Amino acid sequence: MRRLTLIAIPYLWLLALFLVPFLIVLKISLSDTAIAIPPYTPTLDLSGGWAAVKDFLSQLDMENFVWLTEDDLYWKAYLSSVKIAAVATVLTLLAGFPIAYAMARAAPEWRPTLLMLVILPFWTSFLIRVYAWMGILSNEGLLNSLLMSLGLISEPLIILNTNAAVYIGIVYTYLPFMILPIYSALEKLDDSLLEAAEDLGCSRFSAFWLVTVPLSKQGIIAGCFLVFIPVVGEFVIPSLLGGSGTLMIGKVLFEEFFNNRDWPVASAVAVILLLILIIPIILFQRNEQKQREAEG
Amino acid sequence: MRRFSAFNVVSLTLGFAFLYLPMIILVIYSFNASKLVTVWAGFSTKWYAELLQNEAFLDAAWVTIRVAVISSTIATVLGTMAAYVLVRAGRFHGRTLFSGMIYAPLVMPEVITGLSLLLLFIGIGLDRGIVTIILAHTTFSMCYVSVVVSSRLVSFDQSLEEAALDLGCTPFEAFRLVTLPIIAPAVISGWLLAFTLSLDDLVIASFTAGPSATTLPIKIFSAVRLGVSPEINALSTIMIGIVTVGVISASLVSKRASVRQRADEQAAVRAS
Repeated sequence: MRRLTLIAIPYLWLLALFLVPFLIVLKISLSDTAIAIPPYTPTLDLSGGWAAVKDFLSQLDMENFVWLTEDDLYWKAYLSSVKIAAVATVLTLLAGFPIAYAMARAAPEWRPTLLMLVILPFWTSFLIRVYAWMGILSNEGLLNSLLMSLGLISEPLIILNTNAAVYIGIVYTYLPFMILPIYSALEKLDDSLLEAAEDLGCSRFSAFWLVTVPLSKQGIIAGCFLVFIPVVGEFVIPSLLGGSGTLMIGKVLFEEFFNNRDWPVASAVAVILLLILIIPIILFQRNEQKQREAEG
Repeated sequence: MRRFSAFNVVSLTLGFAFLYLPMIILVIYSFNASKLVTVWAGFSTKWYAELLQNEAFLDAAWVTIRVAVISSTIATVLGTMAAYVLVRAGRFHGRTLFSGMIYAPLVMPEVITGLSLLLLFIGIGLDRGIVTIILAHTTFSMCYVSVVVSSRLVSFDQSLEEAALDLGCTPFEAFRLVTLPIIAPAVISGWLLAFTLSLDDLVIASFTAGPSATTLPIKIFSAVRLGVSPEINALSTIMIGIVTVGVISASLVSKRASVRQRADEQAAVRAS
């Protein structure tokens, strides 16, 4: 009895506030837009019994999804979100790997401090960290005034409100997510393996390539997923650092919902976004499982 | 033999400069006398004074703190229960669905979570305000809490709990007297994580907040969209300061606790 209560409380909470809302999104994505509050039809009225359910089901259609495929904006936004997320993930990996590597090579008594320095920005507000770049990258910003006073450029570089600023923002805010899993993989790396490789005639570079990289593979994969998955749906970075040319689906969904008040289309956008992310999410969980098994 | 080459020194220096310089610049410019964020016109604390008179920000800050305290507390209770169920309850009907619902919100894009919760609240006719933000924040942060707590529960020796039961404890007493003290550090860091996630959240709060309650991130976001302002720099500096002090003291406390626990364990081994 007590066990049942213990299971039931968190279970019912998640059913009511996670699963049911998601089913509502799915339902509304299959409904028609209407000028009303709430701005969609049909609504399911269970008091009508089975006939009402049947009637409700017959009214659902794929109209909103067809609309999404017909309008350029949406599939371009999906494509460009995936592209931006992929490029940003590679950039974050290139920036994060050397840091994680150096941390794992540092003297053991230094490592907790270095780890803390990586985690600290993660606890600081995401919004503030993105905002910090607005003052640096703007046309009259610090970066441009620095470069101009050094005489490197004569005209200010336009960085803010372009995709370049979006990439900088993503790499900056997601760097800890890349560093931490790679660091924890590299930290376990046994130095004698590298020495053995070098004794057997490997150059330092090929020892790195043939020993270090494969042994940290799982950390690299985990880090890439931890960056890629949330970045695809990112909203704050493209709306603060990106420009009108930055097309990302999180921003489109937000605007569709709040500015156009088209709930069925916003819901359909959400459903497709989830379908795109479901494969990376499953791959990510499989990778985590493998890692847990390897450790356990 | 460890090699710490010049390359490593360079990548650490550049890496930490990249992570910290933007925030340091932000803090420095919050003390700038000029309204222009890029021109240094001398030291001043006037933006802090102005911030303290800005009722809208203060109201939003108060809402945000209340939401964060309440939602992280409920999330810690629910998340600890969920972790206990995942690790200890064994098999039951719908276990796969349960663990799926625990892990899915961790990677779910915020726009989807926010949208779905808003549609639920409208569907059941719940007015949007502080209550709906608390419900939303509790839901996603309980999942983080349960992941943190369950990793601690997995590594915990179950025979201690069984011993307490054999010695006549009720299951609840065994939990309170044996399990809870041992998993306490994870429960506390779960609470802290839930608290910061709630303080930080913009997207889900934008969907679930109503006209009656606005949180600080929503206020900051709408101010920041218009451009950089020294007042926001001052506000950011205060928030960065609080987080820095909080994280450093939490890590010192947990370090001391783990040292003491190790000493206790060694004493117990010697005594036996």
